[in-house]
Amino acid sequence: MAAETAGSPGSSGSPGATGLTRLRRRFEGPNTVGNSRGFWIGFAVAVLALVAYPFAVGSYQASRFSLFLVYAFLGLSLSVVWGYAGVLSFGQVVFFGVAGYTFGVVSVNFATPLGITAAFLVGVVGGAVMAAILGYFMFYGGVRNVYVTIITLVSTLVLHTFMAQTAGDEWTIGTAALGGFNGMPTIPNLAFGVGGVALTFDSIGFYYLVLALLVATYLGLRALVNSDYGRVMVAVREDEDRTRMFGYHVERVKLAVFTLGGALAGLSGVLYASWGNYVSPQVFELAFASLPVIWVSVGGRKTLLGAVVATVGIEFFRNSLGGELAFIFVGALLLVFILGLPGGIVPWVHRTYLDLRGEGDVSRPDPAEGAEVTDS
Amino acid sequence: MSADASGGVNVRQTAAHQATGSGTDTLLQTDRLRKDFGGFTATDEVDFGVDEGELRCLIGPNGAGKSTLLKLITGTYAPTGGEIYYDGHEITALDPHERVRRGISMKFQVPSVYGDLTVRENARLPIQRFADGDERRRRVEAAIEAAGLTGYESAPATALSHGQQQQLEIGMAASLEPDLLLLDEPVAGLDVAEREAIADRITRLNEREGIAFVVIEHDTDFVGEIADEVTVLHNGDVFREGPIEEIEADPDVQRIYLGEEQ
Repeated sequence: MAAETAGSPGSSGSPGATGLTRLRRRFEGPNTVGNSRGFWIGFAVAVLALVAYPFAVGSYQASRFSLFLVYAFLGLSLSVVWGYAGVLSFGQVVFFGVAGYTFGVVSVNFATPLGITAAFLVGVVGGAVMAAILGYFMFYGGVRNVYVTIITLVSTLVLHTFMAQTAGDEWTIGTAALGGFNGMPTIPNLAFGVGGVALTFDSIGFYYLVLALLVATYLGLRALVNSDYGRVMVAVREDEDRTRMFGYHVERVKLAVFTLGGALAGLSGVLYASWGNYVSPQVFELAFASLPVIWVSVGGRKTLLGAVVATVGIEFFRNSLGGELAFIFVGALLLVFILGLPGGIVPWVHRTYLDLRGEGDVSRPDPAEGAEVTDS
Repeated sequence: MSADASGGVNVRQTAAHQATGSGTDTLLQTDRLRKDFGGFTATDEVDFGVDEGELRCLIGPNGAGKSTLLKLITGTYAPTGGEIYYDGHEITALDPHERVRRGISMKFQVPSVYGDLTVRENARLPIQRFADGDERRRRVEAAIEAAGLTGYESAPATALSHGQQQQLEIGMAASLEPDLLLLDEPVAGLDVAEREAIADRITRLNEREGIAFVVIEHDTDFVGEIADEVTVLHNGDVFREGPIEEIEADPDVQRIYLGEEQ
């Protein structure tokens, strides 16, 4: 699929490096920043630094940091849906919250490793199914552009209102009470396994699980957006009518990407619920619903790396500042980026880096144009 | 789509008759095709036909319904009434992408190559749907070469000139190997040399690959250069059909173009 990427490096390279180069080529292309050897070295260093992080700061800080990594899946979900397929969804938290609640209800009822493993899967699938249902009615109903944004935003607010009134006994599913505005406490830690053979993930274990999942998800999405299908996603973002004229079923592409986005947001929600052992209607609040849009705008919506870096970075600072000050910080950040750097920080850094080196990305045969294209 | 049942049956017989009838084969036939936008009727019960391998130009004053007619044929717009037959089958209810897969493609008026993709990625997009590996590589290179864009493969499509974008876009549509290609003003805003290149391209695709064309164009010199037959649309309906010389000499056509409304 992505094997014949434009101007791929190493096509005339040394034979010794072919295996690694071929592997690398799968993750590279004009739809992602970072297609050079230097990038991958930096990537490896960053991952190693994250692996070493708990040793440097201890388990409490590592556990706190793992929440920011959990949010990165939510940021990635919007980057794929909005940045690559052009669907600005304000409702990624819908799938996040639905998955969180689903995980909570199933895992509270079946609090064994097997039950929790099932709850994990059901939660992620729940997020995807929710997105598929909403996406089907929107895209096949001809809803486009800003109306998708409005409908997804309204879905968020409807769920907020709905979940906030689930306080009574009638809102108990098995042994799991939804708890209205107070939410669901006592959700168990994440665990995978059957019977006696089980892995439970708390603090540091959870941190490493999330880190591993994040690296795998990032690489998987890089392969996706640089594949044939990724090219179609970008084409849909750029011009739907034109893309139809090449025989592509635009609605189906958008639905598929939106469903994938729902699964990623759902993964984030499941991890969130098991991280704090808690989920509440706050996840459907306007303030939380805007965060993914801010992360992705600041990081650069057309780059997966931007989504991850900005999500983790902004949440780290927001969490460190705390309270009202954090909201002012995030609001100011959004204004500054929309007005000053609408493409986002990662594409800007990438472009500046290429300019300073006075050359394009090595994977791009045409250096003068390389920066412009990878900006996307 | 709202045509009554009895009318539909008759029409189907007519279309089938036309498709299998004498002489040339009808590739496309619209039957009383109508499109209203609110209270405005853009096309008013248009019967418009294209034969296999034909090169037909569609002319008419602004607002005559030319672009609307093409967008009805591709399925970009849903008609208010009437039917469309293609290759002997009714396609009125088909989605645009299904019509493309049956052999219809279109280049819209505004050049709309994908600016965020390189020239090669642009060229690859239509071809990747049905070709893989070496076959794909060969077709992509051929499409780029035919568009005269060799050496620009890695440039972003936005870096191309207006004329180059038109060439690339026509090349992308042609690489689907359609039976019918609809072009909406392919030479608007181009200089003489670029026009010449596009005219050559269209003629070559028509003659060598047998692609039937419907080309919307205002410039009668250009029309005369490429077209066998001309259809004049006026007020949403077919006003005249015939060879360009006849159409140009027709006083009624001159009158509608000069704006002396009836």
